[in-house]
Amino acid sequence: MSFPYLSTILFLPVVGLVIIALWPRPQQKQIKITALIFTLASFILSLAVFYLFNRSSGAMGQMQFEEKLSWIPAINAFYHLGVDGLSLPLVILMTFLGVLAIFVSWNVQLRPKEYFIWLLLLETSILGVFMSLDLVLFFLFWELELLPMYFLISVWGGGRKEYSAIKYVIYTLVGSALMLAGILSIYFTTGSLNMMELAGMSAAKAVIPLAAMFFLLLTGFAIKLPVFPLHTWLPDAHTDAPTAASVILAGALLKMGGYGMIRLCVSIFPQVALQYAPLLVVLAVISVLYGAAVTLRQKDLKRLIAYSSVSHMGYVLLGIFALSQISITGAVLQMFSHGIITGLLFAMVGLVYDKSHERNLDNLGGLARQMPVIVVVFSIAGLASLGLPGTSGFAAEFITFAGSYSSQAVNHIQLYTILGVFGIVLTAGYILWMLQRVFYGPPLEKFAKVTDANTVDKICIFSFVAAIMLVGIYPAILTNIIKIGVEPIARLLGAG
Amino acid sequence: MPLSEFRFLTPELSLLGFALLVILLDLFIKQKKILAGISVAGVIVSAGFTMAMWGESGTAIFGRMLAVDNFALFFKLLTLAAAGLVILASQDYVSKFRRFQGEYYALVLISAAGMMLLAAATDLISIYVSLELTGISLYVLTAFLKDNKSSEAGLKYLLLGAVASAVLLYGMALTFGFTGKTCLMCIAEYVQGMPGASLLSHPALILAMVLLAAGFGFKIASFPFQMWVPDVYEGAPTPVTAYLSVASKAAGFAVILRIFFVALGSPEWLSLNWGWMFAVLSAITMTVGNVVALLQSNIKRLLGYSSIAQAGYLMVGLATVGMASGSDALGQSGLIFFLMSYAVTNLGAFIAIIAITNKINSDEINKFAGMGKRAPLLAAALTLCLISLIGLPPTAGLIAKVYIFSGAVQNGLLWLVIVAVINSAISAFYYLKVVKVMWTGAPASEEKVPSTWALRFALGFCCFFVLLLGLIPGGFVGIAQTAAQILAAL
Repeated sequence: MSFPYLSTILFLPVVGLVIIALWPRPQQKQIKITALIFTLASFILSLAVFYLFNRSSGAMGQMQFEEKLSWIPAINAFYHLGVDGLSLPLVILMTFLGVLAIFVSWNVQLRPKEYFIWLLLLETSILGVFMSLDLVLFFLFWELELLPMYFLISVWGGGRKEYSAIKYVIYTLVGSALMLAGILSIYFTTGSLNMMELAGMSAAKAVIPLAAMFFLLLTGFAIKLPVFPLHTWLPDAHTDAPTAASVILAGALLKMGGYGMIRLCVSIFPQVALQYAPLLVVLAVISVLYGAAVTLRQKDLKRLIAYSSVSHMGYVLLGIFALSQISITGAVLQMFSHGIITGLLFAMVGLVYDKSHERNLDNLGGLARQMPVIVVVFSIAGLASLGLPGTSGFAAEFITFAGSYSSQAVNHIQLYTILGVFGIVLTAGYILWMLQRVFYGPPLEKFAKVTDANTVDKICIFSFVAAIMLVGIYPAILTNIIKIGVEPIARLLGAG
Repeated sequence: MPLSEFRFLTPELSLLGFALLVILLDLFIKQKKILAGISVAGVIVSAGFTMAMWGESGTAIFGRMLAVDNFALFFKLLTLAAAGLVILASQDYVSKFRRFQGEYYALVLISAAGMMLLAAATDLISIYVSLELTGISLYVLTAFLKDNKSSEAGLKYLLLGAVASAVLLYGMALTFGFTGKTCLMCIAEYVQGMPGASLLSHPALILAMVLLAAGFGFKIASFPFQMWVPDVYEGAPTPVTAYLSVASKAAGFAVILRIFFVALGSPEWLSLNWGWMFAVLSAITMTVGNVVALLQSNIKRLLGYSSIAQAGYLMVGLATVGMASGSDALGQSGLIFFLMSYAVTNLGAFIAIIAITNKINSDEINKFAGMGKRAPLLAAALTLCLISLIGLPPTAGLIAKVYIFSGAVQNGLLWLVIVAVINSAISAFYYLKVVKVMWTGAPASEEKVPSTWALRFALGFCCFFVLLLGLIPGGFVGIAQTAAQILAAL
């Protein structure tokens, strides 16, 4: 057996957290260095996987770096990991954000030991979701992510943190509860828990109608993505979470929803997906426009970015359920791109708040003079978010919209796409208006002593910017890989 | 009755022998810790005898009064494990009794012997006798603190238990009335030969079935016989509460499973009916338990309602057994695995609570504030157990739920599984409330929380198994499948 790359990537953070947990009375510095070493190792290994990944057309529809061990023989469950073009970008996204989340948390002083333990566990659980090829294992990691997030929000958060944390948990648990029912009915229809074998399941002897299974799973994913009207946990959780948790929440955690939709809902039930795509596309357009409209009205900087996520995840949903190869490729790229852009936006909000102790837009203003670096990076992030050419946001949104406009799978998709594109206009509105209210205008007396980003902050935010630019200028670095994962799914859909 | 059959009784006999020894030595020994040691030794000896029988199973002894099968042996081991852990955890609690420590340990052992017999009983008479043996020792244990609350709890438990026993006796009498038999296999034979293909043509059978379910429903705290649970759990000494919630419940499920599966398991028109009965009761039980638990502020009452909810999940397994067609034993093994997971989880939770409440002298949840700082290990252990009760990874609770629900989905109970999973989402709210108080609340004082080595060992044991069953469940699922072989034929 070759070197178990995926298990190593997956469990390096766990090793780190065990070391931190067993360390008697560690200094805050020792803890964060340990956490940094292990997340960095995990990131570097995931880059190695990216480098070694077979991009030839022969690898189409194949899982790579597969690992398979018997786990619960009684129900045919395996410890089964693997990546393909669909999951690899998301794995890299998570390991990348995992490293940066440590930098973002550099100054956490409150109970640092527990904090970094939860952060590392969070990374492992999300990675597990993207790597699992067994439904029970997938479900286990899906649920595992709840705990660290609950603790991160309820202990290290701000505002109504306990309310937000429990709201987050209950929403997710209801979704995953239905998902479990869906997984079990899939299992008893087919006798298999292997995601790869299940692709394109037939309705022959289903225990319940296929559409029912489809929606049991979809509800769980739609809560996570989130899709209007199931999005209300998100602004609360984001607003009250500590910055690093927000970065991971927006950056990687929401993508679990989109990933699940493509991997399970669309791949396993292509016919059902085709049948209900119009409904979901409508929901996508509502999410885009409603999310953007609500964003315009936000006074709290963090809440504003949170609502913008609802709007941007609407593009992902649109891309997925336009059901063409290009649109799904665009959706995956959009997930990656949104991950780094919104991750950066939350990191910037965290910085601004750290320095100025103010998040209310009415009380902010004129910070450009004190924060020359922050203002530039924040602007880059904002422009990337509204899809400026040269940034990853442009590449992702362009492919998504081009793909969905030309899709043959859904009637009147052109109309929905045009409505969706209108979301970009609104995005430009709220982003530019926000930048103006935070940074420009007359300098305020109370912010006279506010400082700019320090070295650690700079390492962190410049890495984000580099990633955004890299994907923006050369999107093929990812689309070449995504294509390999998406093409078999598009073939199942028949539309091609 | 050949004398050689007595060797199958060695686990129970040795346990009773040790119980008597403890009472006798209590007269001479000043250092009461030794008594606890002897009791634990008794448990270990008895477990050794039980294990020695594993494998040569599948016989009926004493004229079909008792069965020696994997099912019974498994439940005996589970009971012994619970009794042993409870005795260890009692070390931090017995100081409250002042007197009668010897009797306390002896009663725990005697009730364990009763439960072990209950798991093996295959005759209505032996079932009733072992049920009373268990019950009476537990009534006394419940009232052991002798303060107002404990006495009230004991009395309540006694009175309601007596009513339940009476109801059960009616059910047994009716069963005997129309079959003329008391042994379960003989009843099964008679029932299978009954004419007609619908339950409606046998009103006596309906009544007997309902009365039996009601009598045992009290034991496992199923709706509508769950009212005693919170009061008794609150009033009883905490180790006894733990014991009640785990061992007594497991024994109840063992005997229900045996009666309904062996005596009333076929023909299908019969089993489908009680399958449905348990499915509906299960849905109501878990919902009642979870919804009322949301309002609790006392940790013991909270866990009381939580144990009602857990009984609801367990009854999903019973319903599955009723609905199952053919030789598929996913219902039984799901139930057994869930009981394993529930036993280690709930015992772990109670053991941590014993240590914490001993220090703060209160069962109020808001007094647990800041335990994360004052007793990080205890708080972490309690958190782990509560997470397992919700059914989140990486704990036993998740695998147990997936496993027991998978059997239900296979047998057409998807609606029940959806009710159950929504219920577990609700339950997260009150379990996490405790977690939140412990980790985010401000501590009332900086004092550490002391605990004995015995308690720490018991707690560590439980937590280890909570994690082991959650991460590498394969072997334990295998045990559950083996233990699901119930002696059914003559």
